[in-house]
Amino acid sequence: MRVNVTVNGVAHSVDHVWALESLLDFLRERVGLRGTKNACEQGECGSCSVHVDGVLVCSCLVAAGQVEGCSVVTVEGLASDGELHPVQRAFVDAGAVQCGFCTPGMIVAAHSLLSGNPDPDDLTVREELSGNLCRCTGYQKILDAVHLAAERAGAAP
Amino acid sequence: MDNLGRDSAVLRPSSWRGAVLLRSEYPDASPICGGTDLMVDINFARARPSGLLDLTSVQGIDSWELTDGGRTVRIGAGVSFTTIIEKLSGVCPALAQAARTVGSPQIRNRGTVAGNLATASPAGDSHPVLMACWARVEVESVRGPRLIDIDDFFVGPKRSALAPDELIRAVLIPAATGAQQFAKVGPRNAMVIATTSFALNLDVAGRRVGTGIGSAGPTPLRARAAEQMLEEAMADRWDEPGTVDESLARRFGALVAEAASPIDDVRGSAEYRRHALAVLGRRCLTWALADLSREAAA
Ligand SMILES: Cc1cc2nc3c(=O)[nH]c(=O)nc-3n(C[C@H](O)[C@H](O)[C@H](O)COP(=O)(O)OP(=O)(O)OC[C@H]3O[C@@H](n4cnc5c(N)ncnc54)[C@H](O)[C@@H]3O)c2cc1C
Ligand code: FES
Ligand code: FES
Repeated sequence: MRVNVTVNGVAHSVDHVWALESLLDFLRERVGLRGTKNACEQGECGSCSVHVDGVLVCSCLVAAGQVEGCSVVTVEGLASDGELHPVQRAFVDAGAVQCGFCTPGMIVAAHSLLSGNPDPDDLTVREELSGNLCRCTGYQKILDAVHLAAERAGAAP
Repeated sequence: MDNLGRDSAVLRPSSWRGAVLLRSEYPDASPICGGTDLMVDINFARARPSGLLDLTSVQGIDSWELTDGGRTVRIGAGVSFTTIIEKLSGVCPALAQAARTVGSPQIRNRGTVAGNLATASPAGDSHPVLMACWARVEVESVRGPRLIDIDDFFVGPKRSALAPDELIRAVLIPAATGAQQFAKVGPRNAMVIATTSFALNLDVAGRRVGTGIGSAGPTPLRARAAEQMLEEAMADRWDEPGTVDESLARRFGALVAEAASPIDDVRGSAEYRRHALAVLGRRCLTWALADLSREAAA
């Protein structure tokens, strides 16, 4: 089966995709983008989070064939011209990264949250990131990072 | 790989008619909507369909409308829980409440009521609400369309009245005319499968009480005795419910608990579930009556 999809703005046309292949495997193994992580393959951890046509999803729960004609944005698609995206910068500056395994998914989810709600309160951040698990940080620094990104975006002209 | 035939592909019909035809032509291809149940089974090799029949490609499947002079909401099979929360909390308040408790944002962005129904898990969060609202499920096969009353839909754990060649096209839910409540108990606030859940629908226009119990039996259940008792108690106060009557709420909760037939499992004991249902029943009624009184006063 052939799948035509735009990933991070680049059109891909991939042959021999397995009908039951997940978008997660497709991105990692066929497109070669390994920022999107595989931890549980059952929608519990959020480390595989990506945007499909602007909607935050777990790529492990989407069949690759379902994104035919869609636009997918992965964590690799957030930075531009070698500059970290402000959400990525905030994660670095707030010390919200330890082992880093959850980070790509957290950043994609945080990016999604902030694009819909530029100044979320703590409860909202917790709620909106409830599909992303982190084994290292205890989450406080991650909350700090999201608030930092929101603050900086608010302060920006 | 295309020489394995279309069965081994992801079939993406653009029309509903096309989907219905493909369902019959390729019976071993599994329908998929949000994928939040099916893909887990595929990823863990518990399901190996020969291919997928993707319903998200069907035009209009992700839309909803008011029909029947505004009295019924028709929710397409591709409507996500997120859309229900964002667009339908006015006409289907309890369904929106239940949708808010499903999984995480990622799961709610993809998961659908139709998928929830087709999976027919005893813990499906939309089910108690659909029971309480007397929903109907619009299904179709090459043999024709039919409407299944929600009371006839669930036939056992993970088993429904959906025939193998049928697809769910939409769910029909009477628009709320009074107060509705949904409550769910689980070990934490997000990402939990219900230990037990309860939905209540005070249908002021129809002078009816609807209930639904989740995760406390092989299928979702209706607490008939509780409905009847409350309808009698409400007979002369539908339009002026007045203050919440504590003993009425307790009696109602007790009847809800009695209607359940829970089991002991990893998520909770039968005894705990019964106790929780008595509490949920009492609370939902208290909240719903308070809502009604507020509306009557306004
Ligand atoms: C991490 C996680 C958390 C979850 N939390 C909850 C929760 O809190 N509460 C809850 O109720 N559920 C929960 N679920 C389960 C799941 O999200 C829901 O059951 C959801 O409603 C399934 O909808 P879907 O569109 O994704 O179904 P899919 O996975 O696409 O399909 C599910 C099944 O239904 C069939 N099907 C789908 N659409 C149709 C149709 N139109 N006609 C005929 N058959 C169809 C498919 O063939 C498949 O067998 C969770 C799942 C995950 C992975
Ligand atoms: S790998 Fe997809 S949610 Fe964990
Ligand atoms: S930083 Fe290690 S899992 Fe989050």
